[in-house]
Amino acid sequence: MAEIVLRHVGKRFGEIEAVHDLSLKIASGEFVVLLGPTGAGKTTTLRLIAGLEYADEGAIAIDDRDVTREPPAARDIAFVFQQYSLYPHLTVYDNLAFPLRSPARRLPKPEIKKRVEAIAELLHISSKLGNRATRLSGGEMQRVAIGRALVRQPAIYLMDEPLSSLDAKLRAELRLELKRIQVELGATILYVTHDQIEAMTMASRIGVVREGRLLQLGTPREIYENPRDLYVASRLGMPPINLLPAELVPGVPMPDRTKTIGVRTEHLQIAKPNGGPVGRVRRIEHLGDQNHVHIDYRGQPLITLADPHRPLAAGQEVGLELVDPLYFDASGERIAVPAG
Amino acid sequence: MAQIRVEGLRKAFQDFIAVEASNFTVEDGSFFVMLGPSGCGKTTTLRMIAGLELPTEGRILLDGEDVTFRRAAQRDIAFVFQLFALYPHMNVAQNIGFPLKSQGVSRGEIKSRVRETARLLRIEEILTSKVSKLSSGDRQRVALGRAIIRRPKAFLMDEPLGALDAEFRHLMCGELRELHDRIKATTVYVTHDQLEAMSMADQIAVMNRGRIEQIGNPQEIYDRPVSMFVANFIGSPPMNFLRFEGSVKRGDRAVRLADASIAVPEVREDGASGSLALGVRPEHVTLSDHAPLRGRVFGTEYLGTTQIVTVDVEQGQVKARLSARLRVTLGETVGLAFRPENLVLFNPTGRALDSALYQGNGHG
Repeated sequence: MAEIVLRHVGKRFGEIEAVHDLSLKIASGEFVVLLGPTGAGKTTTLRLIAGLEYADEGAIAIDDRDVTREPPAARDIAFVFQQYSLYPHLTVYDNLAFPLRSPARRLPKPEIKKRVEAIAELLHISSKLGNRATRLSGGEMQRVAIGRALVRQPAIYLMDEPLSSLDAKLRAELRLELKRIQVELGATILYVTHDQIEAMTMASRIGVVREGRLLQLGTPREIYENPRDLYVASRLGMPPINLLPAELVPGVPMPDRTKTIGVRTEHLQIAKPNGGPVGRVRRIEHLGDQNHVHIDYRGQPLITLADPHRPLAAGQEVGLELVDPLYFDASGERIAVPAG
Repeated sequence: MAQIRVEGLRKAFQDFIAVEASNFTVEDGSFFVMLGPSGCGKTTTLRMIAGLELPTEGRILLDGEDVTFRRAAQRDIAFVFQLFALYPHMNVAQNIGFPLKSQGVSRGEIKSRVRETARLLRIEEILTSKVSKLSSGDRQRVALGRAIIRRPKAFLMDEPLGALDAEFRHLMCGELRELHDRIKATTVYVTHDQLEAMSMADQIAVMNRGRIEQIGNPQEIYDRPVSMFVANFIGSPPMNFLRFEGSVKRGDRAVRLADASIAVPEVREDGASGSLALGVRPEHVTLSDHAPLRGRVFGTEYLGTTQIVTVDVEQGQVKARLSARLRVTLGETVGLAFRPENLVLFNPTGRALDSALYQGNGHG
């Protein structure tokens, strides 16, 4: 497995700057997820690394070797796309073996068999090896597509929303599988998605991207607990972080330049009214394991979490406590607060 | 607004029975969700209520009046499909007013009702905008406006949010429910998404293979599922099932899983034996060094507030919802403890055994 280094990479398509001054180092064996909306430059970044596009600026190195100008085939990269494209007339076995039979590789038959069977085992599709690709369920097809990337044992895997075409249950299952396989193989993966759950659950580190720029890079925990600006803070968390204009909460101590206060749903706590902020319960949403309590605070909608059996009713007035709030200035930048 | 009663409803398409023995009442002003996988009969039931499909047997009553064989147009019910279809060449006000215009309502009346509808939906400021310029949220609101302006007796909605991604869908659920709280229109809503159902419903009917498995409010269905099907369909992640061979009898307060004795709510029926299952929700699992039931950590999924830890045990896989602060390492051996008062036992056919958990809560 290999390390990838991007240094000041830029890419334009006419007027549009798809990727702006991107520097990123992915360590060998790391699972990095780029999280961002459509048009953030995620897919372009993958295509630049794969060699399907060439960078206008900057350099890309794989294991200290500059590959910026190298053709895709010389880069030893496997790409998994959103839509699995299997050979419908071939069996699962032949689909998996296909990359190993290419003239460039031409592995001996027993070696191919060994690798295909090992990958099938890993993906729990051993019993399907003799099936035609068209006889598989969606989840199985996507496993085969991932398997076809894995079987080559490339230096790096690039994955572009590979789970997005699957239903929720399968997606949850494959998230866990993919992470397990990555750990077992020690694979280096760069994965792009707009789904925060995929990013949080699988990534060693998440890169939050927007409009071609990398806003913050860190472990899921760092990004969630220590966002550097309002955008990153709102990007992670379901329900999203509560944002309050500073002038709505007089009396709460905060840094001078504070314009917005951010409070995660689990940090907005319901208390007996005691002189602090008081809100009114608008609606209680039962999700089974917990309730989402929707609160109106001086015209501002807030959401907090509560035990499903805690007695609360719409219309009730409740005291609000802000635990570990985050402070943001007028430009949306986070204001650091000294610990203690 | 209206009450909807469905009595002994059945629908067969040649040999295929789409809906069978369906009985329920949607109270006036209530938000009723029919939840189930594709092919469970939920859309067919909705189409019979709408008058788009005739039942093979049974009756449908709207405010006590039998409308079973009345045509759709005579039922005063608004049927809302996916919420996106708008007329692109009309502005927002024209889109919302269109159903009245086609009914021949006067211009003055249309104008005032469009205003009132826009106020309910909080979209007054975009009334003159072109629909092609709108955000997807506003498009949904306009489509809803077109349904509510007719002031029908009831709304029937068939997966109206199906085309949206998960985060936005949940946001729209909140808006739909708040709109419902303002206009209190009787609503029957069909979906395969348990989160939509939990989030919005007063009552949920969980359907499976043409039959209603359980009707109840969201918390009841979540806490006291009548079957493995319901327990597995509701919750994300769903209820864990630990499968074991054994027998339980009336009065039992514990079951044996291999070497472990697990406390359960007291069994209140004659019992069962054979391939049984113990059901436990992820948030009722804790890690405990002393617990006799042990397994290996297969995966951890960080979610910010909480994390989902998946553990392989002899009886299957168990997912636990734990604090995100807890450090858990892949491959480590852990003990699993369960909150006894919330456990459910299932018999070999997948039906939940009656127990102290269900006491006084109309089991079945």
